[in-house]
Amino acid sequence: MLRLEKRAQPDRRLALASPVLAVLATIVAGGLLFAFLGKNPFIAIGTIFWEPLFGEFAFYYRPQLLVKGAPLILIAIGLSLGFRAGIWNIGAEGQYIMGALFGAGAGLAFYPAESPLIFPLMIVAGAFGGFLWAMIPAILKVRFGTNEILVSLMLVYVAEQFLASMSLGLLKNPEGFGFPGSRNLQQYASAHNAEIIAGTGMHWGVVFAFIAVIFAYALLNRHMLGFHIRLTGEAPRAARFAGVNPPRLILFCLGTSGALAGLAGMFEASGPAGVVSIDFNVGYGFTAIIVAFLGRLHPIGILLAGFLMALTYIGGEIAQSNLGLPAAAIQVFQGMLLFFLLAADLLTNFRIRRAVPEAA
Amino acid sequence: MKLTRRMLMAASAAAIGLATGATAQDKTKVGFVYVGPVGDGGWTYEHDQGRLAVEEEFGDAVETVYVESVPEGPDAERVMTQMALQGADLIFTTSFGYMDQTINVAAKFPDVKFEHATGYKRADNVSTYSARFYEGRAIQGHIAGNMTESNIIGYIGSYPIPEVIRGINSAYIHAKKVNPDVEFKIIWAYTWFDPAKEADAAKALIEQGADVILQHTDSTAPQAAAQEAGNVITFGQASDMSEYAPMPRVSSIIDNWAPYYVARTKAVIDGTWESVDTWDGISTGMVGIGEITDAVPAEVKAEALAMKEAIAAGEYHPFTGPLKKQDGSDWLAEGEVADDGTLLGMNFFVEGLTGEIPQ
Repeated sequence: MLRLEKRAQPDRRLALASPVLAVLATIVAGGLLFAFLGKNPFIAIGTIFWEPLFGEFAFYYRPQLLVKGAPLILIAIGLSLGFRAGIWNIGAEGQYIMGALFGAGAGLAFYPAESPLIFPLMIVAGAFGGFLWAMIPAILKVRFGTNEILVSLMLVYVAEQFLASMSLGLLKNPEGFGFPGSRNLQQYASAHNAEIIAGTGMHWGVVFAFIAVIFAYALLNRHMLGFHIRLTGEAPRAARFAGVNPPRLILFCLGTSGALAGLAGMFEASGPAGVVSIDFNVGYGFTAIIVAFLGRLHPIGILLAGFLMALTYIGGEIAQSNLGLPAAAIQVFQGMLLFFLLAADLLTNFRIRRAVPEAA
Repeated sequence: MKLTRRMLMAASAAAIGLATGATAQDKTKVGFVYVGPVGDGGWTYEHDQGRLAVEEEFGDAVETVYVESVPEGPDAERVMTQMALQGADLIFTTSFGYMDQTINVAAKFPDVKFEHATGYKRADNVSTYSARFYEGRAIQGHIAGNMTESNIIGYIGSYPIPEVIRGINSAYIHAKKVNPDVEFKIIWAYTWFDPAKEADAAKALIEQGADVILQHTDSTAPQAAAQEAGNVITFGQASDMSEYAPMPRVSSIIDNWAPYYVARTKAVIDGTWESVDTWDGISTGMVGIGEITDAVPAEVKAEALAMKEAIAAGEYHPFTGPLKKQDGSDWLAEGEVADDGTLLGMNFFVEGLTGEIPQ
């Protein structure tokens, strides 16, 4: 029999290596899966990881990696702050939706007026929308001690209903022949989150994602608040003695992650997506949780993890189209990544021992 | 900076040229973008049957590729671009929500032909196509009105868009015609495909007394819920769903895209493809009526089949006056037939339906 024994200290080398191990294990297990499906595993894995970066059409896919990765990184950075302090915002998807609605709504309120002030206003509105939505679980937790995991998650479904209502009502395109969905912001110059340099995929959301990474890095390493966040997560009792104010920390972490998720939603709605419609949200808020953990809750790690995740999406589509792999197989492949990461994490904190009947 | 940008554009132009040029000589490549999984047993399944029919018809002369479960947004645009880059000559985008993306990508690849299902935006290289499902709904309504004993018919709506509203109106008009006491209860599921939500909706409707469930969602979950409840009848949606026959599934509307896909592929091969707007129904077979089972009384079945013939022959239009709107205002006078423009943008219920269209 095998049993798990807690390590006195987490294995530091293993902790750093675990994302790499998880990726390697995913490649092996995924390759086996693809082989079982009758595809050449080397070609399939190659298509997923190589084709978007160095293949014939990489000139198109590389910018797309930015487009796909930026919202993941932006959201995951926000989540990682709370996660480090043991504050679990699971509802980033809802905050993402609210940010998109507030941002798009702020822009469309001025349609068809053109002004350079509209887009900055939309950015503020988008961040505010996400912030507001995250304040609900935050205030409920601070005032009444409710569980922020449940409240934030449930609010995702409320936000989805709100999105449907807005797509069919207030924000519906009056020239859309009765179909749901807002006007296309790509066709409204003042509200369009266009590529800053055409053909590079670099839109304002990508810029903000990079800024968020730098800020989070500085916050965690150079700032008292960042120290408090880390301390609360690693040693809650010590944190209390160090004068950490838990309610303030909860409000800060949930508020920041909500605002960043809201920004991601706003940039997506006004840029790559163009419209808010009923199916606007495609799970960035949930995938970002994987990205945050895959990146070890570290800003640089999250940056890399976000692009890795984007790579599996884009490569996965190419594999579907070129090799006829089912979408479900790609989703299993992505799921394995988190699974193996959690498994590797377990081994950093525990060691496997053969269970011997104890003598004494 | 300027230099890199120009180089990038030159590189992309060259690659696009290569991609489209290379395929001109060999196989015709046809791409399909699906909103659901090919195994959904409904909407996407039938589009994929159309794809297989294209392969069957042209054999080695064509190559088909598809990507399934593509969200309606930037992801769809990327998938279409990827197909176009890799040399697709013809791309079918099979969901309404792909409309703007199809137009965007089509503008970048003028040599690639696009076919967008159920939308209203066209371009020189973008055709649109859809089916007159409301014709099938009329037949469903006729059967449902005859068979309900509780006089309550449950309807699972996907989204309150013209396509779905048309179906509800058509079914209601024809149920009411044979059963003046009939009442429709509508639940909006806000999804095209979500077995769990659809099952919940079906159960809620059955609990409210419905003994007929009509669905405008794509999974077989409502069929399973009806089977479990017993004594509730259903109709297959998009696909025949014959595994639930003879009860609860008593008939079905089948989307038969195969003839259209074959014809359009042939047009590309022959070089005769043009941008068109197609809206076909029972007469061309784009809308099929699945076998009416013996659970339906012979007489009702005969009437239903007679209606199908009349619609196919163009003798009967499901929206023929006198008809009023829900608010009591006049819509169609005696003998007047609805025009396609009104039908395409339909955003009102007909008189007698209760509840509001969510706004």
